[in-house]
Amino acid sequence: MPHPPSPPPGRLQLFLGFLKIGLMGFGGVAAVARHVLVDDRRWLTERDYASVLGVGQVLPGGNVVNASVMIGERFHGPMGAVVALSGLMAMPLAILLVLATLYERFSGFPAVHAAMGGTAAAAAGLTIGTALKLARRLRPPPSATAFGLAAFAGTALLHLPLLDTLLVLAPLSIGAQLWNRRS
Amino acid sequence: MPPSPGRIALTFLLLSLMAVGGANAVIPDIHRQVVATLHWMDDPTFATLFAIAQAAPGPNVLVVSLIGWHLAGWKGRAAATAAMSGPPALIAFLVGRALNRGAGSPWIERIKAGLVPLAIGLILASGVVMARSAYGGPLSLLITVAAAIFVLACDFNPLWALSGGAVLGLASAWFG
Repeated sequence: MPHPPSPPPGRLQLFLGFLKIGLMGFGGVAAVARHVLVDDRRWLTERDYASVLGVGQVLPGGNVVNASVMIGERFHGPMGAVVALSGLMAMPLAILLVLATLYERFSGFPAVHAAMGGTAAAAAGLTIGTALKLARRLRPPPSATAFGLAAFAGTALLHLPLLDTLLVLAPLSIGAQLWNRRS
Repeated sequence: MPPSPGRIALTFLLLSLMAVGGANAVIPDIHRQVVATLHWMDDPTFATLFAIAQAAPGPNVLVVSLIGWHLAGWKGRAAATAAMSGPPALIAFLVGRALNRGAGSPWIERIKAGLVPLAIGLILASGVVMARSAYGGPLSLLITVAAAIFVLACDFNPLWALSGGAVLGLASAWFG
């Protein structure tokens, strides 16, 4: 269950932590970011991570990219935000160019496609598993579960635009929180 | 004629502010701009760049870096990356600073608590969308389900599941 939090990281540790997230984040970084921040480095509790990610989700930009900026800011102010963001982006930017060059040479090989297909399927499973794990650990009340399911159904099943879904559900979900705590 | 880095930056600056949910949310808009409106590249090129970005580790926003690189070399890459991630990062910084300062205030805690289930639902949704596009038969479904169980059952490094998926994909091509 909840890990004891570690002491706040220094700037170098912060950079290295996000470097690891960027390096391992194949097919989306939300899964590996949770692993590194909550399980591995223990800088954030499960609830902390979910709430930073929740705010990151409703702002423009990637949820984990936004989360990295906010987590960096929390530990080391503006410098922390820069350190975390550049840690997250550094390795993938370099790897991308190597891949682009390799792809032109090897894209004809069926084995490359087969391996990429298997990795993509696994990345999808990791993302699904991470969402379920967060839900299981946070034990949301029924109303919160309903809003989560509505967000899922709206975007994945009904294919509604994400922005419209959020514009409707975010005020309702926040409103329900305010209402619940007051009564 | 290849577009100038300034023109690339301007295009992605506008798109960056619409990218709620990350770069993947505006892929259709990026495609419309870059392929249909501006004619900077053709459809197959766009699809290939997208596939490469998906295969690389890291945030989805990197597809934009690759497009910039393809259009105008390293200057294009720098312009596209900065334009696409700069404004959202600045907003996240300001919001993060306000929220971190206000941590513990009941209002802020409730707003955050209201957003958590939406984030989890949307991550689940993106996992399902990814699984759909990765689906290539029973084996890929099996890999997806196994990877999901792997995360749920233990706290081990996700890289194990990814390499397992790659090995199974390779094995199926080898024997199948």
